Amino acid sequence: MPILRVVLSRFLTTLITLIGVAIIVFVVVRVVPGNPIAMMLPPGASTADIERLSALYGLDKSIFEQFTIWFGNVLQGDFGTSISTRQPVLDLVLGRLPATLELSLMALIIAVILGMGAAIIGTRYRGRRTETGVDLANGIGLSVPDFLWGLLLIILLGVVWPLFPISGRVSPRLDLPFSTQFYLIESIFRLRFDLTGNLLRHMFMPALALALPLAAIIAQLLKQSLKETVNLDYAVLARTKGYSETRVILSEALPNALLPTLTLIGVQFTFLIGGTVIIERLFSYEGLGNMAVDAVINRDLPLIQGIVILFALIFTAINLLVDMTYAFLNPRLRHA
Amino acid sequence: MITHPNRRTLLKLAGASAALAGFNLPLSAFAQEANELVIAYNVNLPSWDPTVGPSAVNPTIQGFYQSVFDMFIHQDPDLSFKPGLITEWGWNDDNSKIFMVVRDGVKWHDGSDFSAEDVVWSLERAGKAETGNPIQFTWSKIGNFTIDGNRIEADVLEFDPTIFKWMSFLTGYVLPKAYYEEVGADGFEAKPIGTGPYMVESYERNAFVRLKANPDYWNGAPAFEAVTIKFVTDAASRVAEIESGNSDVTLEIPYEEYDRLTGGEFEGVAEPISDIAMIFLNDVEPMLDKNVRLAAHMAIDKQLLIDRLLSGYGVPISTLQTPEYIAYDSSIEVAYDEEGAKALLAESGFSPENPVRFKIQTTRGFKPKDYEMIQAIVGMWRRVGIEAEIEVYEIAQHFELRAADQLAPAAFYNWGNAVGDPTTSTGFAMFGPSPHSVWDGQDLMDRIIPLWGEADEEARIQGWKDVDRFIAEEGLVIPLIQYVQPIVYRPGLTVTAHASGALLPQLIGQA
Repeated sequence: MPILRVVLSRFLTTLITLIGVAIIVFVVVRVVPGNPIAMMLPPGASTADIERLSALYGLDKSIFEQFTIWFGNVLQGDFGTSISTRQPVLDLVLGRLPATLELSLMALIIAVILGMGAAIIGTRYRGRRTETGVDLANGIGLSVPDFLWGLLLIILLGVVWPLFPISGRVSPRLDLPFSTQFYLIESIFRLRFDLTGNLLRHMFMPALALALPLAAIIAQLLKQSLKETVNLDYAVLARTKGYSETRVILSEALPNALLPTLTLIGVQFTFLIGGTVIIERLFSYEGLGNMAVDAVINRDLPLIQGIVILFALIFTAINLLVDMTYAFLNPRLRHA
Repeated sequence: MITHPNRRTLLKLAGASAALAGFNLPLSAFAQEANELVIAYNVNLPSWDPTVGPSAVNPTIQGFYQSVFDMFIHQDPDLSFKPGLITEWGWNDDNSKIFMVVRDGVKWHDGSDFSAEDVVWSLERAGKAETGNPIQFTWSKIGNFTIDGNRIEADVLEFDPTIFKWMSFLTGYVLPKAYYEEVGADGFEAKPIGTGPYMVESYERNAFVRLKANPDYWNGAPAFEAVTIKFVTDAASRVAEIESGNSDVTLEIPYEEYDRLTGGEFEGVAEPISDIAMIFLNDVEPMLDKNVRLAAHMAIDKQLLIDRLLSGYGVPISTLQTPEYIAYDSSIEVAYDEEGAKALLAESGFSPENPVRFKIQTTRGFKPKDYEMIQAIVGMWRRVGIEAEIEVYEIAQHFELRAADQLAPAAFYNWGNAVGDPTTSTGFAMFGPSPHSVWDGQDLMDRIIPLWGEADEEARIQGWKDVDRFIAEEGLVIPLIQYVQPIVYRPGLTVTAHASGALLPQLIGQA
């Protein structure tokens, strides 16, 4: 029952958080300088044209009036219409969300593989040059931001050794038979591995750029935990039974060292999704982050609101998921 | 080279091959097909209707529209006007009516016939406020259309001597009446058709548009069977796109990169376009002092800015007209004169020891070296007795402040004018009541007002030249440079730059 109470409490907190985010983003985008109407004024426009366009886009009302109308519509599932694209905001953000989720998940998988691999190798060869090498790589991974990794990858794997495409999510030449926006997953289900390969090639560099800083964080924390657990009694006992050092680490130390790393991955994953804004821009990847930049540049207020709320929803959902997973894995909470 | 492969080496090679095969890597990396063109474009295309919403007045995306849709009247690369979907046009004797003759034998991309009805419907639709056409105030100046075969006549409801120029400018596109009415706005957005040289094959928002040639295009079939335009908004990524062979053509890259690429295996064209850098002066203190305004202008060595910051790419200007514009007058010149600037400031009691102080606003990264240019200008000003504080703002903030007439005493901006008419440069930038202008001097307004309705074209253009001379003599704005647009392309192509700044696929051919 405590878990159920925790979950209900978190759901309530999430709801309040989302309403708070909605209010803040609605007010902030209207208070910060930069009026979308002023941006669309052509040469020859007059003050009367400003008023006409403001009325057309509903920006002639007070912020409170605008908010009540918008929030009432949101409760009915209508997030408004994008000013720049004239498409429903909900369609736009839901249409781009899968691309960002697939990219983020791919980055997470790469980060976990690289991070865990580095931590295990560093622990296995602790006190040797290999550990120093792992620490050095971690240091570089932590100190270089993701967009710089992106630029380096573009130069190395896009230009000097052109193995991967530099821009886009999929080759424009391909006919896409997809009925959802989850291209990668759908291509696998449809057994269209030619498309899967093409999607992976486009995804590789941006995902790696996003993954490297997170991989370094995972490696650092997990290695620290592993180094503590490999000296605990059960690990020493395993060694006396004749287990190899690698087996001691993998089967005895790792399961116990993973818990704090898991929490960290959950928290860092939200930052990783935030990082997609710059990386998607750099690689012209057609995700939510790329769309967010355009929305901000164009002062597309309804679209900014929709994207921010969706990001907030994702962040709170991830945090909720992490909390629940932690509660499930932690015996003290599970049996409380 | 592996001369004695052992088992481990072979296994490694096999593994690597499998991995590469899994990633679907082509053998010859990214070679382009001969009859296909890939362009890495610098902006996104948010919407397909070229007559509605903010996209309709965004000069940077007109190239997309002009690939698919035809304008009423076309422009050659040097900005001169030529027949488009209307082949003849003009006024009656007392300017109370206009006439247009519609081109014969044109087909829409769906195969249906283009007609005079499409032209009238497009003009009527553009003039209705509820459609959301941002130029509605211009299109509503004509009405009561009548069609007689291929000839259209309309009443002039309010005389505007530039109405035909607008027909090759923002929102001046002809859309298909029957198709639009059948599919509606959403259907048109999903599958747009025009009469232009290329047809839309597929469109991925925020990613690319794929076009295919219109073989029946009235002006001759285009050079490429297919054109892919990728939206690559990051300049470094565009350089990488062309360098890696992923794209054939790109534009708007740093001038240093342009020189590097064209100094190597790539070809390029860098021509002046209808886009200028300027500094708005607001009629607030200390800009109410003519000596300060003129000194601020004279103290700027524009050629030095071009040479040092823009790698020599740019044309210094003294008015808001560039040499390609119809009202350009080379005799109006505000020369660089540091000593003259000092003398003027001294008349007002200012010197390097006792400088006049004001704020200058600028964007950073919106235009090539914009912030650096303002930094250099502030340095030049300091030498003559002007101490300017730089405030960086976003372009959206500039628009809002300008419309509210709240810009700082000096504010950097760029101004495009693809039709090259003085009303759409000096006119709207300097006419006080316009939301684009921040100089509200009555003497300037009195000079401009008669020109809006001047029917005698020669007198109209001379009138604008006189206004430009007055502005230069009074120092009411500081024109800086005309921008040069760098375009880089792979060998084997020919690219003709368009002075409007639009990179048009139909102006790209095979050598």
